[in-house]
Amino acid sequence: MLNYIWLGLMAIAIFVGALNGRLAEVTNAAFEYAEISVDIALGLIGIMALWLGIMKIAQEAGIVNFLAKAIKPISKRLFPEIPSDHPAIGAMVLNIAANWLGLSNAATPLGLKAMEELQKLNENKDTASNAMATFLALNTGSITLIPATIIGVRVSLGSTNPTEIIGTTIFASTFATIFAVTGTKLLQRLPMFKIGDVEEKENTDEVKEVK
Amino acid sequence: MFAKIIGVFSTWAIPVLLFVIPVVAFTKKVKVYESFVDGAKEGFDVAVKIIPYLVAILVAIGMFRASGAMDIFIKLISPLTNLIGLPAEALPAALMRPLSGSGSLGIATELMVEHGPDSFIGRLVSTFYGSTETTFYVIAVYFGAVGIKKTRHAIPGGLIGDLAGLLAALFICKIVFG
Repeated sequence: MLNYIWLGLMAIAIFVGALNGRLAEVTNAAFEYAEISVDIALGLIGIMALWLGIMKIAQEAGIVNFLAKAIKPISKRLFPEIPSDHPAIGAMVLNIAANWLGLSNAATPLGLKAMEELQKLNENKDTASNAMATFLALNTGSITLIPATIIGVRVSLGSTNPTEIIGTTIFASTFATIFAVTGTKLLQRLPMFKIGDVEEKENTDEVKEVK
Repeated sequence: MFAKIIGVFSTWAIPVLLFVIPVVAFTKKVKVYESFVDGAKEGFDVAVKIIPYLVAILVAIGMFRASGAMDIFIKLISPLTNLIGLPAEALPAALMRPLSGSGSLGIATELMVEHGPDSFIGRLVSTFYGSTETTFYVIAVYFGAVGIKKTRHAIPGGLIGDLAGLLAALFICKIVFG
């Protein structure tokens, strides 16, 4: 999937850029975004370290486990493959909670911790598991109780009621989350997204290497 | 009122977490300082691991934006979006949302400068921005951190959510602000 999207974006960009006479801009954008990517990643180091440290304390104190048990009725349905006392559940709860509160600084490190835990249970290490896809759906839909960034922009532009969009945002993001999760759950059964095919390919690769 | 309660909540959430977790752990005889350092060690690795995935995704999206392909795409599908009553001006903000966080924020800001934050378009693009995440960024970072290359149904699933969010935002804004 990502293969087609990635190639499509680049090929269309160069094709359209050539037609529009914007090839120079396209080239500049490529270099500029390569740099931005590294800035973003390096900028995460400190915050990642902070939250992974706190997370470790929470884990050893049994807080993460406690959270996991508390939402067992929900997590059993959403993530049937994950044992309900697994640390992955606790990490996912913390990530979703941080998202809801609009604490995006905390949400990403906690989310990556959850992915790491999910990866431990994943049998094909380079292929997304069903649980991972469902977790990502929860994240991309992402219910936010306080859309702080856009409220900030509205304040700076002199809106008379900058927070009036909170209600509509909660409504729309709840819808987005429900559809993302339901859609992901339905799609995982389609033959084109089966893990089995991928496994076979991997096995043949290994055979080649052995030869 | 609701906004105020939530505002207070988000101011307090992090300090409370940073207080409660270590204190509870301490009462359970966890060596808090050692645990913290132990966990924090992983921060560097994770951040560095996502670099190749981020470069791949953001470069492709950056090139796509710079080429002007988005404008062509918008012209192509605007007859369709006119049918459901989505103002043509707001369309770029909706389409950019899954691709680029800064890009869609930029477009939303521009539109609010032009039409005013309290116009229907201003409120609509604000709702668009708040109602979904940057799907491709989340996928690059989250899968990148654990080395997943085959994403299976994660992207289509996320995009279904984005589309549902867009339609729901348009629907609720028409009712509340329309």
